[in-house]
Amino acid sequence: ILTAAKERGQLIFLEGLKSCLDLLFGEEEQSGQPSPLQFLSEGASDLKALFDFVRTSLTPAGSDSWKGPVLLVDDLSVLLSLGAAPVAVLDFIHYCRVVVCSQLKGNIVVLVHSNEDSEDEENELVVNSLCHHSDLILWVEGLATGFCKDVHGQIKIIRRVSLELTAEKDLVQVYQYKIQDKNVTFFARGLSAAVL
Amino acid sequence: MSEICCFKGHDLKFYWTINWVVILLGIFLLALTLLLFIFPKNKENQRCVVKIQVGDLSNKKEKIPTVLVFTEEDKYGLYSNLLFKYFLAEGVVCGHELFVASAKEHPDNILKELPAPLLDDTYRNELGEEATAVKSEDFQDSMKIAWRYQNLPKTEASPTSTKFGHYYDVSKTMPPELFQSRNWHSFYLPEELSLHPLPLHLPCKLTPARRAYTRLLQSIQRIIYQEGFDGSDPQKKQKNILRIGIQSLGSMLWGDDICSSDTPEDIHSLTKFLYVLRALLRKSLSACIITVPAHLIQNKAIMERVTNLSDMVVGLESFIGSERETNPLYKDYHGLVHVHQIPRLNSLICDVSDTKDLAFRLKRKLFTIERLHLPPDLSDTVSRTSKQDLAESAKLLSSGCGAMAIGKKHLDF
Repeated sequence: ILTAAKERGQLIFLEGLKSCLDLLFGEEEQSGQPSPLQFLSEGASDLKALFDFVRTSLTPAGSDSWKGPVLLVDDLSVLLSLGAAPVAVLDFIHYCRVVVCSQLKGNIVVLVHSNEDSEDEENELVVNSLCHHSDLILWVEGLATGFCKDVHGQIKIIRRVSLELTAEKDLVQVYQYKIQDKNVTFFARGLSAAVL
Repeated sequence: MSEICCFKGHDLKFYWTINWVVILLGIFLLALTLLLFIFPKNKENQRCVVKIQVGDLSNKKEKIPTVLVFTEEDKYGLYSNLLFKYFLAEGVVCGHELFVASAKEHPDNILKELPAPLLDDTYRNELGEEATAVKSEDFQDSMKIAWRYQNLPKTEASPTSTKFGHYYDVSKTMPPELFQSRNWHSFYLPEELSLHPLPLHLPCKLTPARRAYTRLLQSIQRIIYQEGFDGSDPQKKQKNILRIGIQSLGSMLWGDDICSSDTPEDIHSLTKFLYVLRALLRKSLSACIITVPAHLIQNKAIMERVTNLSDMVVGLESFIGSERETNPLYKDYHGLVHVHQIPRLNSLICDVSDTKDLAFRLKRKLFTIERLHLPPDLSDTVSRTSKQDLAESAKLLSSGCGAMAIGKKHLDF
């Protein structure tokens, strides 16, 4: 399905691992266009090239545009490992929000890693400020009591109702899940097949 | 559970028979069962992964999983070095190409010290399995006291039929003609730096670590490209796997200061290196093992990022010089194995074993990884207090390895 979508132009996929190879070992100056991962080679910690790539990809070209684009970022934390400053990462996300959410009426989904007793302060800064701006947070974690064969962890779904400036509190739902080979089953707490 | 039972059976046997031959046989079988059940089961991670790759070669449409195995060195680097050599030796025996990179030991010397394979092991295994079968039958018949264990299913015996990898004798070194017949490449940092002085056009603001890593990456990339591991050249007669081993990455010898300072000059050099290496591995038919002196790395955030960037992370904790050396719980072992990350290959879930507590020991000829368990209670006069001590330290252990510590407070379901 995904390759079909790609051919129709519905999906644009930037494969970081591949394009970083092209950048580092590829021929110099193929088309004069800067690589989206320009920041890797120059040591400059700004993600402008990456943002430009996002903007040009998502800007509707002609009549066959798809309504409501979605920007999926798989692992923002990796950008930090690659030398981008946390402020640069947050700037990047902010610019993306302006373009995707406000101008194009689309959505952004971002994956980040986090850990409660993490010592990675830069990463925690990014995670916290992302949580602050998000409308919906899916927080996946292992069970506090340790590993279990039938319940692999729990997912906390936090609906940020408080962002709409009503006096209500955020809605929190917790489900537990079990991962199988090809799919995941979710169930309410304490209702795993092993217990019932 | 079933493991302990199995031991019980053997121990009872010790009591009943005074015949020395039987005792010797028992000891031999115990060693053999450990060797057969446990060793292949736990070395599985590296091995089976590489096996999967071989299997996938025939099916070109499938995405080929390539793996970055990451080993946190033990304090004195003894056992991680051994594991590193096991990985390379397995490559030699399987006929893979090798790439060895080091900044400390010359790769030639590393290869000279690979453990010798026990090549007649198929024959030996068959023999061993038969003997085990005979043995288990006869102790089933004779279970008069431990009758409650009699009808337990022998699930532990099944993995013996599938064989992972080969066995090695660590007391001997591999015959040189064996690895000289293989195609291998080496990268020795001091040599590389002196042979090819830095090109002038490179900006001199590069830190020494960045320079070394760039050199290493270029070297790996050149080999992958030249030898056709990237699959770009379909005419190449035979596809092979490149096994990459990198020793003590991130240590001072690589010019990296993450081990010596809390706020290193270039905090991203190691993680950047890993990312590009991952990209190279993803594109090619290769597997890589890296050992890292994790206990020396000052900034713990680096290790967290490194874990996220690798497919599999295993930590070795040696008892040498630690207070656990004298703990009766660990008296049979030389260290603990912590599995921090397991890869998920073409599936949503990874293969998780039931026990998280693994320990290793180095015997005269064999390095084994076993499930940690309390030693069988042989004497009649063991006092209650010492048993409780053991139980306590076992509890302490699980609090160290997992999130079991707060088990009493929480009740998840």
